[in-house]
Amino acid sequence: MTMITAPELEIAVLVLGMVILLVEAFATKFDRRILAFAAIAGLTLVLVASFFIAPNGSTIQATGFWSFYTADRLSIFFKQFSLLTTIFVLILMTDYAPVLRTSFPGATLQAGLGEFFALPIFTCVGLMYLVSAIDFVFIFVSLELVTISFYVLVSFTRRNPLSLEAGTKYLVLSALSTAFLVYGIAWIFGVTGQTNLQRIADALANPATDRSAALLGMVLILVALGFKVAAVPFQLWVPDVYQGAPTPVTAYLSVGSKAAGFVVLLRVLQPFLALPQTQRLIVVIALLTLIYGNLAALPQANLKRLLAYSSIAHAGYLLIGVACFDATAVGFYLVAYLLMTLLSFAVLIIVAQQTGEQIADFDGLAKRSPFLAFAMLVGMVSLAGMPFTAGFLGKFFIFYAAILQHQTALVVVGVITVGCGFYYYLKVIRAMYWQSSAKIDKIPVNGLSRLAISALIIATIWLGVYPQPILDALK
Amino acid sequence: MVLFVIFCPIVAAILIMAGAPSRKTALAASVLAFATALVLLASFQPGQRDFQHVTSLTISPEWHLSFTTGIDSLSLVMILLATIVTLAAVWFTGTVERYENAFYACLLFISGGAIGAFASIDLFFFYAFHELALIPTFLLIGIWGSGNRVAAAWKITIYLAIGSFILLLGLILLYQSFPASSRSFDIRALNAAARLGQITADAQHHVYLLLLIGFGILISLFPFHTWAPEAYASAPAPAAMLHAGVLKKFGLYGLLRLAIPLLPEGAHYWVNLLVVLLLGNIIYVGLVTIAQKRLDWMLGYSSVMHMGYIFLGIASATILSTVGAVILIFAHGLSIALLFGLAGELRQRTGTLVFDELGGLAKVMPFASLAFGFGVFAAIGLPGLANFAGEIMIFFGAFKNGWKLDHFHVFQIATVLALWGVVISTIYMLRAYRKTFMGTLSERWKEVVDLRFGLRFPIAVLIGALLCFGFFPQSFVQTITPVFQTYLSANTSHVIDVQTCSHGAVPPCFTKQHRPSASTQRGGYNIHQIARR
Repeated sequence: MTMITAPELEIAVLVLGMVILLVEAFATKFDRRILAFAAIAGLTLVLVASFFIAPNGSTIQATGFWSFYTADRLSIFFKQFSLLTTIFVLILMTDYAPVLRTSFPGATLQAGLGEFFALPIFTCVGLMYLVSAIDFVFIFVSLELVTISFYVLVSFTRRNPLSLEAGTKYLVLSALSTAFLVYGIAWIFGVTGQTNLQRIADALANPATDRSAALLGMVLILVALGFKVAAVPFQLWVPDVYQGAPTPVTAYLSVGSKAAGFVVLLRVLQPFLALPQTQRLIVVIALLTLIYGNLAALPQANLKRLLAYSSIAHAGYLLIGVACFDATAVGFYLVAYLLMTLLSFAVLIIVAQQTGEQIADFDGLAKRSPFLAFAMLVGMVSLAGMPFTAGFLGKFFIFYAAILQHQTALVVVGVITVGCGFYYYLKVIRAMYWQSSAKIDKIPVNGLSRLAISALIIATIWLGVYPQPILDALK
Repeated sequence: MVLFVIFCPIVAAILIMAGAPSRKTALAASVLAFATALVLLASFQPGQRDFQHVTSLTISPEWHLSFTTGIDSLSLVMILLATIVTLAAVWFTGTVERYENAFYACLLFISGGAIGAFASIDLFFFYAFHELALIPTFLLIGIWGSGNRVAAAWKITIYLAIGSFILLLGLILLYQSFPASSRSFDIRALNAAARLGQITADAQHHVYLLLLIGFGILISLFPFHTWAPEAYASAPAPAAMLHAGVLKKFGLYGLLRLAIPLLPEGAHYWVNLLVVLLLGNIIYVGLVTIAQKRLDWMLGYSSVMHMGYIFLGIASATILSTVGAVILIFAHGLSIALLFGLAGELRQRTGTLVFDELGGLAKVMPFASLAFGFGVFAAIGLPGLANFAGEIMIFFGAFKNGWKLDHFHVFQIATVLALWGVVISTIYMLRAYRKTFMGTLSERWKEVVDLRFGLRFPIAVLIGALLCFGFFPQSFVQTITPVFQTYLSANTSHVIDVQTCSHGAVPPCFTKQHRPSASTQRGGYNIHQIARR
C-alpha cells in the first residue's frame, strides 16, 4: 500500500470544505443537511486515511516546508483528534439545524445552513495545521485560521442578542490576544533571530543569549495561549461566549480550540524549559485556574454556563499536566475531555430544544428519556472523575505526574477542587433522577444522534477500563 | 468463580435497568452470589498462604496494571459478609413507590462494587470498584430517603468523594515510593518488594498518613465521622444495611490489606495520633450516641462508635488483635445490618422512630423484638455472639501490643479507656430497646403487625451467622491467622518486639495450649528466615 504523506490530509479537508461551499452557493432547492452528511462522510474518509500515515518527524537540519511543519506521532494523533471532534460537532449541528432556522425569521428555511456546515471544516483544517506547526509564523497563521472561522460561527445566530454579544466579545478579546502573540513572537525573534522552535531552543541554550528578553517574549505568548485554553486570568470571555454561541459551536470551542491551545502550549514551552521561571509561572496559573473555575461553577443554574466554567476548571487540571511537562498525561486528558464534553453537549442540544438550557429543565429526564439521562449521567460522572470512566484515568495520570514532581500545592488544591466538581456535576444527575417534571412526554432522538451518543458512551467507559491504545498512540 | 461473584450483582443490575423483573432478578442474583461465596468457602484451602482462584487480565504492561482477582482468607471473609448482607438487604426491600428497578439496580451496584474491591488483587481496581458505589448511594438516599435526605445525600457524597481522592493520592504515592523497577499495582508484588525493605521509612510516614485520612473518611474515623449518622438515618433501610454493614468496611479492609504489611514504619510513626482519634470514636461518639433521641440516629452513631474498636485492633498490630478486628468487622457488619433492617421495618409501620413516641411494641411485634434483642446484645458484645469474640481478642491483643513500647504504654491506656466503651454501648443499646419494645403500648400502635413470614428468613440468616461465629470462632481464627502471620512477621520484624509477638501470635483464649504452636515458632520474626523459606 502506498503511504500517504501528512500534508495531503489537510489538503483533502480543505478541498472538501471548498466543494461544500461551492455546492451551497450554486445548487438550490435541496435539504442543506445533505451537505452536513457529505462533510461527515468526507471527514470520516480522511480520518481513516490518517491511520496509514507514516510519522515523519522533522530534524534540526530540515529546510523549506519541513522546517515549519512536522508530522511526528503527537501531531498525527491530534490531527485524528481534530477530525473526530469535527465529525461529532457536525452531527450535533444537524441536530441543532431547527434552532438555527427559527433564528432567521424573515429568510427562507434553508438560509445560512450551508455556511454553518462548511465553516467547521475550515476550522478543522486550521486545527490540523496548528498541531503540526513548529515555527512561530506557521503557528500564528494556522491559529488565525481557527480563530477567524470561530468569529463567524460564534455570532452565527445574529438575530439573537446574546449570540451577537458573544461574537463581539470573542472578536475583541481574541484580537487582543493575537496582538500579544505577535508581540511575543517579535521579542523572541529579536533575541534569537529564529522562528523555528528547535532553533530557538538551541539559541536559548547559548549563554550569550539575553534570557530576560526571551522570558518577556515567552510571557507574552503565554498570555495569548492562556486566552485560547481559558486559563485564569485570561478566562473572562469564556462564560458569556460559551453561553451565547450556538451550542454545537460552544462544544467545538471548548474541545477543539482548547486542545489546539494545549498542543501549541506544549510545543512552544519546550524551548523555554531551560528557564526555571517557566514552571513556576505555569504552576501559579494552574492554581488560579483550578480555584476560579471550580468555585465559579458551584452556583450556576444554567447548564451551558456551568459547562463553560467546568471547561475552565478542566483547563486547570490540564495545566497541572503542562506544569509537569507530561505530554502523555495531557494528551490522554484531552481525549477523555473530548468524549465527555461532546457527550454532555449532545444531550444538552437535544433536551434544550424541548425544554431549555437551565439545569431545572432537566428535571425528570430519567422518566422522559432514560437513554439521554443515562448518557448525561455517564458524561457528568466522567467529568467529575469517577473510576471506570475516561475522566478518572485522565485525572489519575495528571495527579500521578504531579505527585512524581512533588507539586504539593497543585495536588492539594486539585483534590479540593475535585470535591467541588462532584457537587456541581451531581446537581445535574440530581435533577435528572430525583426531581419529577411537569412534562412527561417522551423526547425523540434521531438515529444518527443515537448512534453518536452511544459511541461516545461506549468510548468513555472503554477508555476508563482499557487506556492502553491511547497511551500507545501518545508514546 | 471469583469473577462470577463480582459480576453477578453488576450484570443483574444492568439487566434490571434494561427491563428484567426487578425483585425476582435481584433476589436470584443475591442468592446466586451467596451460594457462590459458600462454594468458595468450601473449596478454600486454608493451609495455603497465597491468593487462590487467581485470574488475571493485563491492562497496561508499562504501568504493571492488570485486572487481577483472587481470594485469600481475609478477602473470603469480606466477600462472605458482603453476600450475606446483600441477600438480607435485597430481601428486606419492601414495596418501592417509584423507580422500583433503579432501587434494586443501585443496591446491586453497591454490592458488586464492594465485592469487587474485596476480591481485587490489583490496587487500581481495588480502588475503582469501591467508587462504583458512590453514585448509587447518592441516588438511594436522595430519591428514596426520608427526613433531611437532600442534605444527607450531598454530605455523604462530597465527603466520600474527597476521601476517595485523598486515598487515591495515597495509593499513587505508595506506588511511586517503590523503586521504578518494582513498581506495580499488584498487591502481591508490592508485598514482596516491601518485604525486601524497598520503601523508605520517610515515604512510609507520608503514605500512611494519606491512607489513614483517606480510609478514615470512608470508615468515619473521628473527626471525619459527621456524614455517617445523618446519612444512615436518612437512607432507606436496605441502603443503610449495605452501606454500614459492607461498604464502610472497605476502608478497614484496605488498612488491613495495605497498611499492615506494607507500611509498618508509617503505622508505628502515627500510632499516637491514631490512638487519640480512635478514642474519640469510642468515648466522644459513644457519649453523643447516648444523647440521641431517635432510633435511626442512635444506630448511625453507634456504628461510628464501633469502628473505634476495630481501629484499636488494627493500630496495635498484633496477630491476636488484627484477627479480632477481622472478626469484629464481620460481626459488626451482620449486627448493624440486622438492626438497620428492623429499624426500617419499624419506620414503615409506625412512621416515626422517636423514642418518646414508641414503647411496648414487643406486645404486638414479638418476633421483631426478639430479633432486635439479638442485634442489641450482639452490638453490646455479649458472649455467645460473634462481636464478643472480636472485641475480646482486640482488647487482649491491644493490651499486650505489638509495638516496642514501654511497659505502661499508650495501648494499655487506650484499652482501659476503650473498655468503658462497652459500658457506654450497653447504656444506649439497652435504653433504646427499653424505650422501643418495653413499657406500655400506646393506643396508636395497637394495630401494628409483626414481621411477615417471608422477612423472617433473612433475619434468621443474620442471627444464625452471628451465633455460629459467636460459639465457634476457632475455625474462623485458624483460617485468618496465617494471613496476618505472614503480614506481621515478615515485614515488621525490625519493629515488633519478638518476645511480645510470639506470645500474642496465637490467641490464648481460643486455643487449648497457651504456648505458641510449632508453626508460628518456625515462622520466626526474622527477615532472613522468611526469605530463605
